[in-house]
This record gives sequence, structure tokens and C-alpha cells, in this order.
Amino acid sequence: MGLMDILLIIIPSTLLWASPLILTALGGIFSERSGVINIGLEGLMVIGAFSAIVFNLSTASVLGNWTPWVALLVAALAGALFSGIHAVASITFRADHTVSGVAINLLAVGVTLFLVKLIYDKGQTDIIQKGFSKIDVPILSDIPFIGPLFFSNTYWTSYFAIAVAIIAWFVVFKTPFGLRLRSTGEHPMAADTMGINVTKMRYIGVLLSGALGGLGGAVYAQSISSDFSHATISGQGFMALAAMIFGKWHPLGAMGAAIFFGFAQSLSIIGNSLPFLENVPNVYLLIAPYILTILALTGFIGRADAPKSIGTHYIKGSR
Amino acid sequence: MKKRKFGLTMSFLLAAGTILGACGGGDNEAEKEGTTDTGEQTEETFKVAMVTDVGGIDDKSFNQSAWKGIQEFGEANGLEKGQDGYNYLQSQSDADYTTNLNSLARQDFDLIFGIGFMMQESINEIAGQQTEAHFGMVDAVVEKENVASILFKEQEASFLAGVAAGLTTESNKIGFIGGMQSDVIERFEAGFQAGVKAVNPDATIDVQYAEAFDKAEIGQSIASRMYSSGVDVVFHAAGATGNGLFKEARDLKAKDPSKNYWAIGVDSDQVAEGVVEIDGTEHNIILTSALKRVDVAVNDLSTKAKEGNFPGGETTVYGLAEDGVGLAEINDAVTVKADIETKVQEYSDKIKSGDLVVPGTLEELETFSAE
Repeated sequence: MGLMDILLIIIPSTLLWASPLILTALGGIFSERSGVINIGLEGLMVIGAFSAIVFNLSTASVLGNWTPWVALLVAALAGALFSGIHAVASITFRADHTVSGVAINLLAVGVTLFLVKLIYDKGQTDIIQKGFSKIDVPILSDIPFIGPLFFSNTYWTSYFAIAVAIIAWFVVFKTPFGLRLRSTGEHPMAADTMGINVTKMRYIGVLLSGALGGLGGAVYAQSISSDFSHATISGQGFMALAAMIFGKWHPLGAMGAAIFFGFAQSLSIIGNSLPFLENVPNVYLLIAPYILTILALTGFIGRADAPKSIGTHYIKGSR
Repeated sequence: MKKRKFGLTMSFLLAAGTILGACGGGDNEAEKEGTTDTGEQTEETFKVAMVTDVGGIDDKSFNQSAWKGIQEFGEANGLEKGQDGYNYLQSQSDADYTTNLNSLARQDFDLIFGIGFMMQESINEIAGQQTEAHFGMVDAVVEKENVASILFKEQEASFLAGVAAGLTTESNKIGFIGGMQSDVIERFEAGFQAGVKAVNPDATIDVQYAEAFDKAEIGQSIASRMYSSGVDVVFHAAGATGNGLFKEARDLKAKDPSKNYWAIGVDSDQVAEGVVEIDGTEHNIILTSALKRVDVAVNDLSTKAKEGNFPGGETTVYGLAEDGVGLAEINDAVTVKADIETKVQEYSDKIKSGDLVVPGTLEELETFSAE
């Protein structure tokens, strides 16, 4: 197998795996930049995956090929609504952010499985017929070398995730809104003095993280698993959390980290057919992504500085 | 103060929701209360139940097939689903096996099935504690007086799948995706390889294990690698990981309907997973499925136990001759369907009569010859 063949497999599958992680990690960034820890990303993905699949199954006959895209919207809405619980608990009622996040994770799995049972009377849903499927991007896929590598046999969702990451970077670092959001996470009292409504900014941050987490779950469910069961989202939310930290709470950094994770995973699958890796036992290749992640977290990136006031409650008037 | 009270209510709400979810598996917590005092009445009815592994009773595979067997047995004997007839408990994680087995034993079920070799340890433990109850262990052996073990000759079904694959392939490249390395999956692999070699010695077989039964994305990546390296038929013995294989094959077929991307299902007939609609016409990427008739075995063992012939401490092996394994219908779109059917018939006769012994391990495979 030549280098070209290997890249032809690795790149699309890296992007496919990375896109849900990118979206969810961006969600984490919005929440944590505003000063609220969001360990509930996994739960938000579950809600997103569930609502996308249910919506897709029940409206595919009406909406046709647009179903998965509309389902993304629905999932983002559901995720935002669900993260409202986290916002109310951790901002208005000053609950511990981590505890509330864990509750979100447990609640999400419980509620969705219960609803699946209620709606379909079984433990998992049917397979959706109108998911995201493989495409060749028109025109761009005809470019020699780059076309086949980056624009063939891939999914629209990969580009969608990258585009959202760039938009998120612009919003967080180049707009007044982003500056306010970051300031409430770094020094809420200073922000308050300057007339920024800290509670409002934090609510927006958490709700955005819910919407993006929901999108991440929906992308995963509609482009990979094609159904919803208890195993659909199993750890991807935590991978996204790691990608966020690895990317130092920076949207483009998180995107890079998510792509790196995806690359490590694809490499473990294709490793057997690489000439220099073919004699390595399979199990080492399978654990490689996790080892690489630990190495990367400890060695390459240096200190990861979280927003200064993350995890604290802002109480007006107290010093 | 008010806020604190609200916070308390909130946390109760969250806790309640979590517990609610846990009830999802055994949906009749409330009914149980009402039926406990009818215990004497149930003395004469024979009650049977099963514990699923993490797949659930509609995994379109193993558990579903077992549940079908129990339902058939229940209906044939006039039982009702629930506490006093036939029932199941779903496991959400490996940690649930012991709890589920135990709670079914306490509900006085006469025969309790544990589905899947992952439950071997748990059955062993609970069977030791609940010596009155009878257990059926599917896919593994537990040597206890009150446990009847059921094994299958998976290699015979996958041998036939291999015959179908070997005759269908045009590129002479065939793929096999395994779930986790274990005796059961090795039987699938050995039988499949033997089947391919028997009809198409030139074909090469690309084998890869996902090391997971519930990771569709790994299945999808492996399938993507295999199909793009020219493989045109892939067989999976990997549970829900195989969903990724079907997704990949459906996507590739939708993109280029003129090419062949076949997938072979496992355990039950997975033909419904392969439907792909292209410009209004329906295609199907499922070539066939290697059937493991867990339903036949479960039904058979339940009947034996009901008649008082519970084979405790013994291991029953179900093969092609006992109708315990088989091959599903071949896809109509295959050009060589008639040839495949003839060959499959020929080989199944040989296997049934004992003229052909299909290798069950990779070691036996090395010395195997179809002649």
C-alpha cells in the first residue's frame, strides 16, 4: 500500500472522527471562558444524539434529504435547553460546577434511555435512513493531489465543524461580545465594574456550550452510529473536554487537538497495513491514541492555563 | 433561604431523574409489588427469564435472537410476559450482570439464561449462591450442577458464509472484522477462512479485530480501510461494532451504485440493516448472514427443563445438524446466486453427515483441507 493510499484512508476518517469532538470542545470553551466549568459535555452530547435521531426517524419522510440538517438545529436547541439546568444550578443557585456537571451527565443518559423505552418500547432506536453520507465536494475534489485527499469520500459535517471553529475563534477573540465573555471568566468583579452583566454573560456561555454539545452529539449519531442506544455516546464528551484543555481553551487549538485525537485513532486502525508497523501487535496500536494523548498533554504543550475565575461564583458586592 | 430550598428541590429532581433512568431496563417495578402474593399460584407454571448483555433485546443480533426463543417458548406454553411468565432484564454495563441474575433468581424463575460469554463469571458466582435456581449459560461453559451450558458450532455457519463470500468476490479480496479475540470469535474466523479457501483458494482474507463490541466508529474505519484496499466482501462478528461496517458499505454504495460493496451479517438475519435507497430504487448491501439460532437453543433447553430433563452440569453443542446454526437467504442481486446456493447445499450436506469437519480454531485451520 503506497503512501497516497494510506493518506486517502487516514485523512477522511480522521476528519470524520474529529468533527463531533471539535464541536463539543468549542461548546466547552464558551462555557469555561465565561467562568463556568462544564464537565457535563458528555451529557449534552447524549441529549443532542438522542433528539437528532428521534427527530430524524419521525420526519425523514417529510423533509427528505434535508432531515439531518434540520435535526442538527433541533439537537442544538435541545442541548441548549438541557444545559439551562446546569446554568440555573451553577450560576443562579451557586451550586458546585463540577457536581452539577456530573449530575447533567447522569441525568442525560437516564432520561434519554427512559424516553427511548417509552417511545419505541425497546432499548435502542432503529437505524436512520437519511444520515450524513459520503460526498465528493464539487469542483474542489478535481484539484490534483489535494482534491482526492481532502475533498473526496468525506462528509459535509467535517467542513461544518471546521467552519464553526473558525467562527468561534472570531467571536471569542475579535468581537466585543467575546471580550466581555472572557472578562467574566478572568475577573468578574472588574467586568461588573465596567457595566457588564456577569450573570447574563455566564448564562449565554453555558447555553452556547449546550447548543454546541448538542450539535456534536447529533453529528456523531447521524454520521457514525446511525442509531441511538446507551453506547452511542461513550466517552466522546470527555475526549472533547481533553481536547479543550489540550487546545488551551482556544477554539483553533481545540480544533487541532480534536483532529490530532482523530488522527491517532485512525492510525491505530490502519497501522496494520503500514509497512513499518505491520509487525507491531494489534493491542499496542489500539492503546496508542491514549498514550499519545498523555504524552501530548504532559510534554508538548507546557502549562495549560485555565481562565482565572473558572469554577468560582460571582456574588455582587462581596470582596 | 428560599434559594437554598430551591437548590435542594433541584438536586432531588436530578437524583430522581437518574434513578428513573435505571428503571428503564426492568420496566415493571410497580407491577412487582402487586404480584408477590400470588407466589403459590405460580408453583405449577414454569417461568423462564434471561439477562441480556449490554446489547439489549433489540440488538438485531444475539440478545434479540435469545429473546425471540424465550417469547416463542412462552407463547407455546401459554405464559404471559412479566413476573409470572417470561421476562428479561437488560444490563447497562458489565457490572449489572450479577445484580440482574440475582434479582431474577429471587423472583423464583425456574430457568434463567445468561446471554454471552461475558456473563460466565457472574453465572458462576450466582449459581453457587442460588443453588435452587437453574441457569442456562449461552456461549460459554460453567461447570456447576445447576447450570446447563450451550455452545454453538459457529464455524459451520461462518464456513457457509465463507463459501458465499468466496464465490461472490470479484477482486479475490475478502475482509473479516472480529469483535474481541475470544474462543467464540475465533471459531467464526477459522470457519470463515476455511469456507473461503474451500471454494476460492486464490482469495486473500484481511482479518482485523476491533477489540470492542459496541464501537461503531472503529467498525466504520476498519471497513473503510478494507473497502478502499479493494476488498469487496466483508464479514463481521463484532456485534454493534458491525453497524459501522454497514454504514460504510451503505455510504459507498450510495456514492457509486455500479460497484459492489457486500457485507455479511452475523447471528440473526441482518438484511434490514443493509437497505440503501438510491434515486428511488432500493438496493441492499447485505450478501447474507451467518445465523446463530440462539432462539432454537434457548427454546429447546427451556422445553427440556420444563419436562424435567434439565441437563445440569452438561454442555450442549448446537450445530448445523441440530438447526442451531445456518445461513440466511442470499441477496437476489448477486449474479452467481444459483451457484452459491448449490455449493452451500452441497457443503451443508457434507457437514451434517459428518464427512466434513469444519475447523474451530486457527490451529486446526492450518491443517484443514476441504477434500
